[in-house]
Amino acid sequence: MKARLDRETIAMRVAREFKDGDFVNLGIGIPTLASNYIPEGRTVIFHTENGALGFGPIAVEEKDQDIDLINAGGQFVTPLPGMSFFDSAISFAMIRGGHVDITVLGAMQVSEKGDLANWMFPERGIGNIGGAMDLAVGAKKVIVAMEHNDKNGKYKIAKRCTYPLTAKECVNLIVTDLAVMEVTPKGLLLKEIAPGWTPQEVQTCTEPRLILSPELKEIEL
Amino acid sequence: MAIDKVFPSFAAAVADIPDGAVMLIDGFGGAGGMPSYLITAMRDHGAKNLTVVSNSLGLPGFGTRSEAELVDTSILFANHQVKKAYASFPVPRSPNVVTPFIEALRRGEVVLEVVPQGTLVERVRAAGAGIGAFYTPTGVGTDVENGKEKKTINDKEYILEYAIKGDYALIRAHIADRLGNLVYRMTSRNMNPIWATAARVTIAEVDEIVEPGELDPETIVTPCVYVHRIVKRPNKTRGTEA
Repeated sequence: MKARLDRETIAMRVAREFKDGDFVNLGIGIPTLASNYIPEGRTVIFHTENGALGFGPIAVEEKDQDIDLINAGGQFVTPLPGMSFFDSAISFAMIRGGHVDITVLGAMQVSEKGDLANWMFPERGIGNIGGAMDLAVGAKKVIVAMEHNDKNGKYKIAKRCTYPLTAKECVNLIVTDLAVMEVTPKGLLLKEIAPGWTPQEVQTCTEPRLILSPELKEIEL
Repeated sequence: MAIDKVFPSFAAAVADIPDGAVMLIDGFGGAGGMPSYLITAMRDHGAKNLTVVSNSLGLPGFGTRSEAELVDTSILFANHQVKKAYASFPVPRSPNVVTPFIEALRRGEVVLEVVPQGTLVERVRAAGAGIGAFYTPTGVGTDVENGKEKKTINDKEYILEYAIKGDYALIRAHIADRLGNLVYRMTSRNMNPIWATAARVTIAEVDEIVEPGELDPETIVTPCVYVHRIVKRPNKTRGTEA
């Protein structure tokens, strides 16, 4: 088996999408890790749906952990100068109103049209929507960060999502442990590829037909 | 006579809540914004057939340092008091964790409506603001739109969502004055100020009570018109002490 990128490296690649001054909302899991890899010289302001903008890194030391300062994943975060707090109605007005530049979400499935399924495994019969539907509909750019295939090697990038949808045609960019793909009107454009992998090998891990970018290159960090 | 909304005990503050009440209970999930003492008093009070409107329905250990610290709506489900629940994040992420809510669901005691978080908040906000329903793009093309009116406005699709009004709101704030003006602490604000606006009776659990005039009017988040009862938590320590 060829090596795939680890979760930290996926997060590192995602972070390269953040531009100076962007307002960014990170979902739970790999997306949260992206906050550790902001490119040097850029300032990114993080939004969390439970009502804060501009907070700092995860509070590692117990003395810095405050139960009144958590992110949407329930992790303790740290204060930063310029931070602000607001209620949940304002928080979701920001999201739906198109004021958040980028959201990075995990996914169970993504379709070639950019449909996103990330809230319920049908076999569990119950799931958490949380803020995902609002973020998928409201953020200016939706990036999915996930493993290319599930634990059993099945397609997560599919022609059609078979799991309950979070939102239709909302995903702009998919970053996985094998590739970076842009959702275009013609289909998924393969733009970057993990070191040591060929486009054909990535294609066999992907259900829909990938369009090879003329500028296809190795994933850059 | 001077207005004083302070109640002597959590038990007294919830004593008149009847069976079948619609309860707006905050708590994004973590310990900070959770009205833990009021929820405990509701458990002891024992009112049945409640409807609970809350972001989550019991998440062990979420936003806490030890699971023992977090008292949330789980105790109401364990005590068979809830027949209907609205939530956006009803179950733990791990399918291996079985909460009292999941057990109540399996027993067939409770009916769940999963609502996108922004829609849940806006439905309650609308009720508090005298709005009957609103159109939102969230949920279009998903299971959430089933059975709902759809409308195209400026070439974009929306679904109609109705307001949710509460009978009682149980909320958590940091400091209250005796009139019921409230301030919060950091991310523990979350849904508390919204829930406060949409119930017939809003009961606030706070760390500290001060005299009118001691809170800077510019910093008050929930004006006193929305708050009917205030009860002080026994322990004032917050943040890193909790």
